[in-house]
Amino acid sequence: MLLINCPYCEATLPELEFAYAGEAHIDRPADPSALSDEEWRDFLFIRTNARGPHFERWRHIHGCGRFFNAVRDTVSDRFLMTYKAGEARPVLNALEAAE
Amino acid sequence: MSRYRIPGMGRVDPAAPVSFTFDGRRYTGLRGDTVASALLANGVHLMGRSFKYHRPRGPVSAGSEEPNALIGTSRGPGRFEPNTRATVQELRQGLVTESQNKFPSLKFDIGAVNDRAYMLFSAGFYYKTFMWPRSFWDKVYEPFIRAAAGLGKSPTEVDPDEYASRYLHTDVLVIGGGASGIAAALVAARSGARVVLVDENAEMGGSLLSDPSVRIDGRGSWAWLAEQLSQLRAAGVRLMTRTTAIGYYHQNFVGLCERLTDHLDQPPHGAPRERMWRVRAEQVVLAQGALEKPLVFDGNDRPGVMLAGSAQTYLNRYGVKVGDCAAVVTSHDSAYYTAFDLVDAGGRVAVIADTRDQVRPDLVEAARRRGIQLLTGHTVTTTYGRLRIKGVRVNPVKGGQVGAGRKIACDTLLMSGGWTPSLHLFSHTKGSLTWDADSRTFLPNHKTEACQIAGAGRGLWGYGPVIEDGVKAGLAAAEALGRTGTAFGAGVEGDRPGTGVSQKELPTDLSAGKAKAFVDYQNDVTAKDIRLAVREGMRSIEHVKRYTTNGMATDQGKMSNINGLMIAADALGKQPPQVGLTTFRPPYTPTSFGAFAGYHKGATFELTRKTPIDPWAEAQGAVFEPVSLWRRAWYFPKGGEDMHAAVARECRATRASVGMFDASTLGKIEVAGPDAVEFMNRMYTNPWTKLAPGRCRYGLLLGEDGFIRDDGVIGRLSQDLFHVTTTTGGAARVLNMMEDYLQTEWPDLNVWLTSTTEQWSTVAVNGPNARKVLEPLVEGLDMSDANFPHMSVAECTVAGLPARLFRISFTGELGFEINVPARHGLALWKAIHEAGRAYDICPYGTESMHVLRAEKGYIIVGQDTDGTVTPQDAGLDWAIGKAKKDFVGKRSLQRPDIVAPNRKQLVGLLTEDGTRLEEGAQIVLDPNQKTPMTMAGHVTSSYDSVALGRPIAMAVITGGHNRMGETVHIPMPNGTIRAKVTSTNFYDPEGERLKA
Ligand SMILES: [Zn+2]
Repeated sequence: MLLINCPYCEATLPELEFAYAGEAHIDRPADPSALSDEEWRDFLFIRTNARGPHFERWRHIHGCGRFFNAVRDTVSDRFLMTYKAGEARPVLNALEAAE
Repeated sequence: MSRYRIPGMGRVDPAAPVSFTFDGRRYTGLRGDTVASALLANGVHLMGRSFKYHRPRGPVSAGSEEPNALIGTSRGPGRFEPNTRATVQELRQGLVTESQNKFPSLKFDIGAVNDRAYMLFSAGFYYKTFMWPRSFWDKVYEPFIRAAAGLGKSPTEVDPDEYASRYLHTDVLVIGGGASGIAAALVAARSGARVVLVDENAEMGGSLLSDPSVRIDGRGSWAWLAEQLSQLRAAGVRLMTRTTAIGYYHQNFVGLCERLTDHLDQPPHGAPRERMWRVRAEQVVLAQGALEKPLVFDGNDRPGVMLAGSAQTYLNRYGVKVGDCAAVVTSHDSAYYTAFDLVDAGGRVAVIADTRDQVRPDLVEAARRRGIQLLTGHTVTTTYGRLRIKGVRVNPVKGGQVGAGRKIACDTLLMSGGWTPSLHLFSHTKGSLTWDADSRTFLPNHKTEACQIAGAGRGLWGYGPVIEDGVKAGLAAAEALGRTGTAFGAGVEGDRPGTGVSQKELPTDLSAGKAKAFVDYQNDVTAKDIRLAVREGMRSIEHVKRYTTNGMATDQGKMSNINGLMIAADALGKQPPQVGLTTFRPPYTPTSFGAFAGYHKGATFELTRKTPIDPWAEAQGAVFEPVSLWRRAWYFPKGGEDMHAAVARECRATRASVGMFDASTLGKIEVAGPDAVEFMNRMYTNPWTKLAPGRCRYGLLLGEDGFIRDDGVIGRLSQDLFHVTTTTGGAARVLNMMEDYLQTEWPDLNVWLTSTTEQWSTVAVNGPNARKVLEPLVEGLDMSDANFPHMSVAECTVAGLPARLFRISFTGELGFEINVPARHGLALWKAIHEAGRAYDICPYGTESMHVLRAEKGYIIVGQDTDGTVTPQDAGLDWAIGKAKKDFVGKRSLQRPDIVAPNRKQLVGLLTEDGTRLEEGAQIVLDPNQKTPMTMAGHVTSSYDSVALGRPIAMAVITGGHNRMGETVHIPMPNGTIRAKVTSTNFYDPEGERLKA
């Protein structure tokens, strides 16, 4: 069972309190009707399926209830960091160097 | 005293005899024995038959790695356990044990004919022997294999035992209570850290228990051990015996299974049998020692052939001599100490055959002094005997040539093929291993977790180096915790250092094709099988493993993996690391399902949610059904009615007069705030801006992909407050989806979402007399149709209780839903039931609710939809706010696949012959086509309808909306049923009854 840091609670807590919520940094387009079928398809279905660091969303569902973002290495299953929803995507190189 | 017990030796209690049975025969062992040691003390080696060939087998080890001595144990009614390792099961009074895999008896077994049918069962037999003819697969081959090959029989009774689980947080978890683990724990504890030390055995000490002659710090090893344990206790270390670390997971999370009562004569009533510990440790020290490897030669599985180190354990720890006359075959120094201990205890060792040409001079001298015949540069080519070894054939090997053999009589053959560091838990963490060419074994390399590895697990040998290494690990753990440890030394006299070599199968002068040289005892895999797998094209050890099943038994190849690798590497002409090592997975040893389940069984298996009205339904004799986690009243049988009769009565009464229904499980979410209406507009397909306070509307929720996710009636209580209802099973999912959009896509909206499902109790009252029943109970509201028309909502008082009253209908009748605070739910129900007496009000359950709604064609999300159904498919286009610029899922409704013709669409079906269709039945357009037929859709809902006097059904059919009046066909086992495609609105299609 992983330990996950909730950036809102500022606490590291067991995975049981959290729920995975898909890839991060996929913004819903402001005007979906302006998108072509291909662009809308990509928004709906196309995901990076990273081998290595992966930007993803989690929800502290049995805690504060907030959605937040995380970088998790899909090879080691290790969380590199977590950060609040809406914050900029962190730079990967710095994270990998720290790992 | 049993014939093979040596008085004065071992850690068993000679004053405490323990009686038990094996295959119906009574035996006596001693307190402290395992079943294996007690049977060996009585001269019994034959304890089971092997998996495929039914060959007679005895214990080959003295520990949890045992592949052969698997027995069934009974601890009373319902307490039978198959495949228990006799080498681990502690003796207790009255224990009933039996051998497995034998018919009719252990000594004469018919299945042993498999041993002659060797060719049938060789490598890959699963894949090639039983290819033809096809009709034989399930009639001949499978029953034959299942009957012939197998382990113990699964118990059929419910396990009556209790199992517990606990969490534990600690600074340092030390796994393995041998010399190095003890040293590490002591150093860490003295640095001030909280320390837990666990060991799978009944007592701490590891190999110290088998080496009493070694002296440490001027004391016998057992005295030193006792002193260390009392020091550990004084330092506050939690010592846990009979506790197996079964798995090592992320971030130093370790699962421990503690066995609590299996060894007790009289377990305390209600005491848990086992306890699963979930441990989170800052530092883990792996001190799991090493496992001895067998040597691979023809007949190496005969009862009486066992690991030398295990014979030493039986001798020193249990005071049991495994035979009268031993032969030893070894490629490692450690077996010499076994031979010496045996002779020193009065036993006889006929020969030590060492595969090596050169042996340490002090060992040669010590053997000579004891009069043991030592043959270096020798191999063993076969064994003699049937149910017990009678002799061994040894041959000299010179320059790769095997010389003439000679037979040496013996009743036990003790072997050592060297030792494999126990790195199973380390492998669980994906820690990498490195091949050590000198010791020809894998050693730990790169670590992924905060752990230390100490002792024989790092390939060290002898107590001096191992204790020193444990101290080092304890210091490292302390330092990692920011503490300062203090080293200590231990002076070891009479240490037993050793080295050895790893072998492939031993050289032989016999035809290799005839040799039955076992690599994996539990799965009956021979050296020949592995070579055959390589010849047939297997290149990676993972392929060899799966083709031969080497290492795939319940022992996960603790003894066989390295030997199998050596042979495969030799056959491939490669170095072992190029062939690879298979992956170890949790659990380390077989673990009971009960330990994993813990408290999650019976009534505590999962939560059962009940409404406040549930006790009333139960008192009325309602039959219940589970709906997500809820238990809901299914129907209310009267006077011996079956479900069909009860549901028909409930439906009839509701349509004729009035019925009442507990709708409390409906999901409820309150959407509040200045931007509530904007939020609703964005989430739901429907337009909400113009919905006036006091009115409600059917709401449809899509996923962003355009498919229906949920639905429910939504009331607007005020400008900025919506009372949203969801499906019973969808409440949490819908709230999660709303929160997701609100928090991450539209954080600028000023809206609060609150789950109110359990705050409200909801009673639905439906039928032409519904208003008449309720009117006298309602205060503060004019319920007339003019003032409170269909799809209205108001706050008022019902039966003196504060209420939110909806005029809505899921039956097609005049209907109301009354929400009161949950604590008043039962009072409200009773008040309505009382007020309804004059109209013969009829409580109905979920089955009647389903029928009544189907008669109106109202969908149930998840039954009539399946995650691929759009609003258009379901005939719900009218619920879409077409003027809205955007809502969740809107863009997808224009996707090419969604607007394509011939999508499956929801329609009604009426069978021509009046049979009721089966839900899930497949529909075809042309019944005369060849099989496999092209499926055109399936039945989603089907019921007998009292109101219509015939069965009705709903279905999704390709292009269904354009097939009204067409006939479709439903092929069933007893013939094809014809049905006409209709509207789903079967009853009162004009909706007149709603307006009453
Ligand atoms: Zn939180």
